[in-house]
Formats: sequence, structure tokens, C-alpha cells
Amino acid sequence: MAELLAPELLLWLIPALPFAAFVVIAIFTFRSRKLSHSIALVGAGFSFTASMLVILKALQVPELAKNPIASQIKWFPTGDSWFLLGVQIDPLTVVTLAFVAVTILMIFIYSVGYHNFGAPEGRNDIAGLPPKGAEVSHEGHTHRVPSVEPMYARFFALISLFAFAMYLLVVSDNLLGLYIGWEIMGLCSYLLIGFWYGRESARKAAIKAFITTRIGDVFMLLGLAALYALTGTLNYQQILSNQIVLNTLVTSASPIGGLSWAGLIGLLLFAGTIGKSAQFPLHVWLPDAMEGPTPVSAMIHAATMVSAGVYLVARFFPLISAGWTPGQPLTTPMLVMAAVGAFTAIFAATIAATQNDIKRVLAYSTISQLGYMVAALGIGAYSAAVFHLFTHAFFKALLFLGSGSVIHGMEHGAMHTGDEIDTQNMRNMGGLGKKMPLTFATFLAGGLALSGFPLITAGFWSKDAILSGAFTQSTIVFITLALAALLTAFYTARQITLVFLGNARSKAAGDAVESRPAMTIPLAILAVFAIAAGWIGIPKSFPLLGRMSSDWFAEFTGSMLSFKAVEGHSMIPLITSLTVALGGLLLGWLVYRRVKQAEAVDPMEKALGGGFRIIQKKYLVDEFYDLIFIRPSLWFADVFVAKWMDQVVIDGIINGIGRLGLFVGSALRNGFDAPVINGAADGIASGTRGAGGLLRKLQTGRVQQYLAGAVGGLVVLVIVLYSIFK
Amino acid sequence: MKLIFLLTALVTVGSAIATVSARKILHAALWLVLTLLGVAVLFALLEASFFAVVQVLVYIGAISILIIFAVMLSRSSLVDEGSQTHRRWWAVAIVLLAVVIAWVAALSLWPNWSTVSAALPAGAGDLATLGKQLVDPNGYLLPFELSSILLVAALVGAIYTAVEKKAGQA
Amino acid sequence: MIPLSWYLILAAVVMFIGLYGVLTRKNLIGALMGIELMLNSVNINLVAFWRYLHAGKPEMDGLVFVAMVFVVAAAETAVGLALIISAYRRRKSVDANDMDLLKG
Repeated sequence: MAELLAPELLLWLIPALPFAAFVVIAIFTFRSRKLSHSIALVGAGFSFTASMLVILKALQVPELAKNPIASQIKWFPTGDSWFLLGVQIDPLTVVTLAFVAVTILMIFIYSVGYHNFGAPEGRNDIAGLPPKGAEVSHEGHTHRVPSVEPMYARFFALISLFAFAMYLLVVSDNLLGLYIGWEIMGLCSYLLIGFWYGRESARKAAIKAFITTRIGDVFMLLGLAALYALTGTLNYQQILSNQIVLNTLVTSASPIGGLSWAGLIGLLLFAGTIGKSAQFPLHVWLPDAMEGPTPVSAMIHAATMVSAGVYLVARFFPLISAGWTPGQPLTTPMLVMAAVGAFTAIFAATIAATQNDIKRVLAYSTISQLGYMVAALGIGAYSAAVFHLFTHAFFKALLFLGSGSVIHGMEHGAMHTGDEIDTQNMRNMGGLGKKMPLTFATFLAGGLALSGFPLITAGFWSKDAILSGAFTQSTIVFITLALAALLTAFYTARQITLVFLGNARSKAAGDAVESRPAMTIPLAILAVFAIAAGWIGIPKSFPLLGRMSSDWFAEFTGSMLSFKAVEGHSMIPLITSLTVALGGLLLGWLVYRRVKQAEAVDPMEKALGGGFRIIQKKYLVDEFYDLIFIRPSLWFADVFVAKWMDQVVIDGIINGIGRLGLFVGSALRNGFDAPVINGAADGIASGTRGAGGLLRKLQTGRVQQYLAGAVGGLVVLVIVLYSIFK
Repeated sequence: MKLIFLLTALVTVGSAIATVSARKILHAALWLVLTLLGVAVLFALLEASFFAVVQVLVYIGAISILIIFAVMLSRSSLVDEGSQTHRRWWAVAIVLLAVVIAWVAALSLWPNWSTVSAALPAGAGDLATLGKQLVDPNGYLLPFELSSILLVAALVGAIYTAVEKKAGQA
Repeated sequence: MIPLSWYLILAAVVMFIGLYGVLTRKNLIGALMGIELMLNSVNINLVAFWRYLHAGKPEMDGLVFVAMVFVVAAAETAVGLALIISAYRRRKSVDANDMDLLKG
């Protein structure tokens, strides 16, 4: 028995079980809803239990950061050595595993209720679209009730796969294992955003999320390759706990722009975070990702996957900050992180204050809070950032699940009254606090934690830690973050006021009902965490309460670093955080309590006019990207392929390998000659032709031609590489 | 030794060329068998006798037969008259010939190019050692198990793909 | 004795003969045979490298890889032929030029 409970073995099993659940559901049990969700829940439940056991064991190890519990097996041979696949648990893993395990299990349970398990099948429901409801005859009269999700089992298979990837990412002891989990999560995110693939908006959002995050991932892969080429390993312990390796990386110059290798790799890895954690300028995918079912929004796009980006930079903080000690000028990657994070925090917060869709407000709020953490890491407040990562996961998961419950209640009301309205628009809500008391209470707890309501909520302690860190390190970052905190409290109050307070602004809202226990129980549990999770990190210097606290959290995570992380012990940030939290909440309530009709003009729009509408359109970032990146690449494809095809036809060489030489030649001709010399004139003429019609000629569908192209490309590549590295 | 090698090499290359140029696909399959046999002899020359046997069993015994089977099954459409290659075959041949010459030329700069083999130490290439390494957790257990999964997946996939669906089933 | 280079040249020649077959054969089964030739040339290289450069070492990486190539080749042939037969059943042809459903 003791053998079975060995933490090394349990660590391996944590990701394995959800994966097994995925395989079993996908291959065998997909026909049975009950069996499928049971298997998924058993997998998640086991991982949760195993995680808790491992964490308890790990907490008893003295100096865990220096002696992590680890286990490795040989994976594949790399020349003379082996690549090792391994798992390990150190303080950062303990913290991450704790919130990942709790939120994943809660969301699994919630999903059972959210997808209306046990409800009848709707007659008009189609796989690929959200269920439309079923008609039930009861004692003579028919009424409409919610119907069960048509692709119920598929959902549980996918979130099990997702849970596997997240656990793998967290317990892995090397960057490659992390990267594998990272990419599988990207795939799951794509599949789950496009879960209701019958809707065009969902398909577009899925593709957008996939491609946008991929931009960051490519840079991250480059960083990973550079790291491996320089150090010969990707193991955390061997790179990050080894001062010799770190010093070498800091002192050796990289080929780009006077950066050291440590700086370059840090920046490349951070690019991965920008994509995954939706930081500016790659934030555009996250709000659209709300097309997925709400549990997906909660799990992937609030609590776990987007946290992975912050986890990555926290994990590699020793590398990013290598050569830096508190009080000195920041290293280049840290400077970039502080700037991007602080800007994202305030940028997203302003957008959140203008949105009307209940889930989009939360999406922008997530972006803003992730910016907080990134900025905190950028200024060296390591423990504070990890602390906020920890508390944020709980209250943001809670808020998303709460919003799902609200939407469910609204849908119920809409079905019952036949009211055709947007059930996610907060303008149509109001007064739900009386109809859905449990949801209201838990949402309130989450909202207060998000806005940093003093003393009793988790968000207050973590936000306060970040603000005091910022105060000691950089005034600009401190002011930006304080403003963002004010906005956060403001939009939270706006949301709560619009949704739960006042009177119902639509028939559906008047007829909303409380959700089922499968949904409200996870809400209640998460609410407890949203309040209590902050108590482990009360700083010692805090008036009165500080004396009872041991400030265990900062010490525990701080042991990951070789120097002391930035902390602050001043009264000014404390007063600031009190003021902005309470002030913002009060302001939001005062402004929005008077909204009586769904069609009423937003009070802030009256005050701000056109500026408000630009913010509401998300500063037109999407339109900007369309203009700058998407249209020119379409135009380029058009001209390039058009001319190429012309010449191919004129020369009469159409078939087989004969194209090969020509392809290279004409690529040079068109890529260099034509655009420079007569590209402008030709471009206007051929630009009018449809790009699709021309591109299709390249797609002959003949596999041997594709292969010939691939071989030709390979030959060229080998020649080029050979002549460079000879 | 050299004579045996040259003879085998000649047969292997000759039958390989015949494999890719034979007009009748069934003949090509038979030439392929001869090529594979040549490779088996090469394995034996390299003192990897186990793999020489496996080559005969797996390649000639199973894979070739599978290919011949497929040839027979799709026979009715085989028009053995006329060119069996694409029109631009000569272009492919020229490009590939150039690549092969360049490749060998580049390789010949490698220091190990003209290494001559030392006598095989006793116990090297021992079958029992190989077997133990394959199932050793510190050796190749993971790739070994993964390849078994791959085989099962290929088996299931092949059957699923090739089985004739009943009318009405798309 | 035979120098290593002889094996390498032979393997290179067989590799490109196989590639030629893959690229030019109209018949898909013929193309598959080309792939078999390429895989075999890799095996010749692997065994030769093991024999000439690694025979003294306890690890048998070269031979293990040969075994893996066998496995992959078997799987590849099985699936490839199944696909060809399935395609033949639908289109009554095994000509690679007829397989252009993916044409844009």
C-alpha cells in the first residue's frame, strides 16, 4: 500500500488518468452519456485526490525547492545521451497543482449540470449547435424545458484530454514536456471553442484562437531550441538551479541586437506567454473564445490554460532575471514584461468596463488580471505574482461558472416566456439576485475578490502584494496598476448591479430560476476558496493581522529563487488599494443603479461620447489587424500566384517534376524582380482578380506533385544550410 | 568478401532499377523481392544475421506478399500497355542523379568515410542482449511498447479502411 | 576489407532509385514499392553504422532502430495498401493521377 502511495508514482498517474478517461470515452463509451461522464469524473476525481496526496507529501519535505520530489524515465536517445521524460514537484508546482486540481474537478462537476444531464432530448437539436430545448407534456399542458446537449460525451472526452494536458504541463520537469502539454491544450482549446461548430462565429473564433496563439508558440519553440542547443538539456533543475549555466547564458552574447542569450531566450519564451495568456498585442483571441460552452470558458480561458503562460514565465524567472538583484535596473525581458503586462492590465480593464455581454466582461477582466501577474513578474515581485495566479484561478473560475448559471437561468426564463432575446446581454437582466440567491451570493464573493474588497477576500491580499511590490520597484507601473485596479472594481460593480440588482429589464429575467445543485455546489465550494485562499499569504508587516500570520506563502514560493523577491512594506500602497477597491465599487454602483430599461443608453456613454464607442469596439484592434496583416497577405498571394500561373501557362510546362526548376526560378523572379520593377502596375490589374480562384490552381490534388515540391524544397534547404555551416 | 559484396550490390541495384521501371506491376513486385533478398545478404555480410533472417521473414515473407496481393486485387484496372511512368520521368531521373552524386561527394569529406570494420568483439550483436535492451525500462521499453501500439493501430486502421462497407453505409 | 563508404554509396543509390519510383510511378502500388526501397536503404545505413562505428559499445542503438524501421514499414504497408484498395473500390483505378479529389 505504501508503495502505491509513493509520491513519485502518484505524480505519474496524475496526468495519466484523465488521458485514459479520454481514450475510453472516445473509443468505447461515447454512446452512453452516463457512463461517459462517470468515467471523466472518476479520472478527474482521481487526479484531484492524487494531487492532494502529493502536495501533502511535498509540504513535509524540508527545503523542497532544492530537493524536489522527482522521477525520470528514458524517453529517446539523442546521439550519445538520452532525453529524459520526468515529473517533479517543487514549490511552484505545489501551488499550481493545488489550484489546477481544485478548479478542474469543480468544472467537471459543473459541466454535468450545465449540459442538462437527465433532461429530455430536444426534437430539433442538432449536433454542433447548442440545445434549443424540448417540449414536455405535463398534466395536460405542454411547456418547454432545456434539453440535453447532443454531443454530451464528446464534451467530456475533450475536457478530459484537456485536463491531461494541463496536468502534464504542471508536473513535467522539463521544458519539452511542458511544451507538449502546452500544444495539446492549444488543440483542445480549438476543439472546445468550436464545440458548437454549427455556428459560423464559433468556427471563426476557434481558428482565430488557434492561429493567434500559434504565433507566440513559434517564438517559444525557437527559445526552446536555442536553450537546448546551448545547454544540452531542458530540465528545470539543470538549467535554473545551476548558477554556472545561468552565468554563462548571461555573459555570452546572442546574435541579435546586443542581447545576452539569457535575454533572448527569456524574450522568446515570453512571446509564448503573450500568445497563451492573451497579452497585448496577441490578446484578440480570448474574447472571441467565449463562443465555447461556459465551463470551457471557465476552465480553459480563465482558470487553467491562460494561467499556463504566467506559469511558464514564473518557472523561467531565474533565467529571465539572471544577473539581476532587487533594486538594480531591470533586465531586458523583465522590462518588456513589466511594460506589456502593465499596459495590458489597464488596456483590457477599460474595454471590460464597456462590454455588455456578461462573458466578454469577464474575458477582458481575465486579460487584465493576467497582465497584472506579468507586470508583477516583470518588476521582480515573484511571490506576489504567483500568489495572484493562485487566487485569481479560484475567483475567476467562480465568476465564469456563475455567469454560466446566470445564462442558464435566463435561458430557462426565455424558453418559458417565449421571449426572443440575447440571454448573455447584461442589459436584458436585472433583479436576478432575488430569483437566483445562491448564484448571486457566490458571484458576489467572486466579484468582491476580483475587485480586491479589503480584508475578507483573497483578491485583496494578492493584489495588495503586487501593488506594494510595484511601489518599491517602479512608480509608473504602480500608478498604472492602481488605475487598473480602480477600473476593475468599477466594472465589477457595474456587472453585479446590472445583472443582480434593481428590477428585471426583460420578461426572461423576470422568469429566471436558480440552477441545479450540480451547478451551484461547485459555485459554493469555489466561493469558499475565493474568500479563504488569500489567508495563507497575509504579509507579516500588515497592521494587526500580520502578527497572527506567518506569511507562509511568500517564504514557500520565494525559496524558488536564489535572491529575495521584491516585496513592499509601506502604508501607501495599502491605502491606495483600499481606496481604489472601495471607490471603484461604489462608483460603479452609483452610476449603474439607475439603468431601468434594456434599451437605455449606457450612463458612461453619455459622459464619454465617441470615446466610449471606440473602447466598446475594443480600440479597433481587430480591424487594425485585418487592415495591416490579413488584407496585404491576401493581396500578395493574389499577385504572386497570378503571375506565376501566367508564366507557367505561357511556357507550357504544366505537369510533373518539370515544374521544379521553374518554381525556384519564378519564385525568384516574382519575389524579387516583378514586385520591385513593375509590381505596382501589375498589382492593381491582377489584384482585382479573386485570390481563391488563382490559388486553387496550385492545388492539383496530386500527391506526387506535392511530394516533388517537398523534395525540391528539401534539396534547396540542404544546399543552403550546407553552404552556410560548412 | 569484396567480391561477394560487389556481386550483391550489383544484383540489388539492378533489381531496384528494374522494380521502378518494369512495365508490368507484377514483375515489379517480383523484382522488389529480389532487391529485398539482396539487402538480406548485405545484412549477413555485416554480421547482423538476426536481421538478415528478419528481413527475409518480414519483408519477403509478409510485405512482398501483401503487395502482390494488392496487385492481384486491383488487377482489372491495370493496363499493362503504355508508359507506366509520368511524362517527365527523365527530368526526375536527371535531378535525382545529380543529387545522388552531390550527396556522395559531400559525404566523402566525412572522416569516417573509409573506415574499415574491426573484427566484431565477442558478444556484440548478441541477440539476448538486444532482446533485454528492448524490454529494459532503462533501455528501449517505451519505444518498444509504443511500436506495438502503432502496429495494433495500423492493423485496426487497415481493416477498417479496406473492409467492404454494406450498402447504405457511407 | 570493405570500407564503410561502399555501403553508404550503395544505400544512397538505392534510396534515390526508390525516390525516383515514388515520384514517377503512375501506379500507386508501384509508388509504395519505391517507399519500401527507401526504407531498406535506411536500414542498410543503420546496420552498417552499427557494425563499423558502434559494434564495441554495449548499446545497440543501430539495431534497435532497424527493428523500429521494420515495425514502421509493416504498419505503413498495411495501411497504405488498405487505402489503395479502398480507393480502387470507389474509383476503379490505382492511377495516382486519378486521385485528385483534393484539387482546389
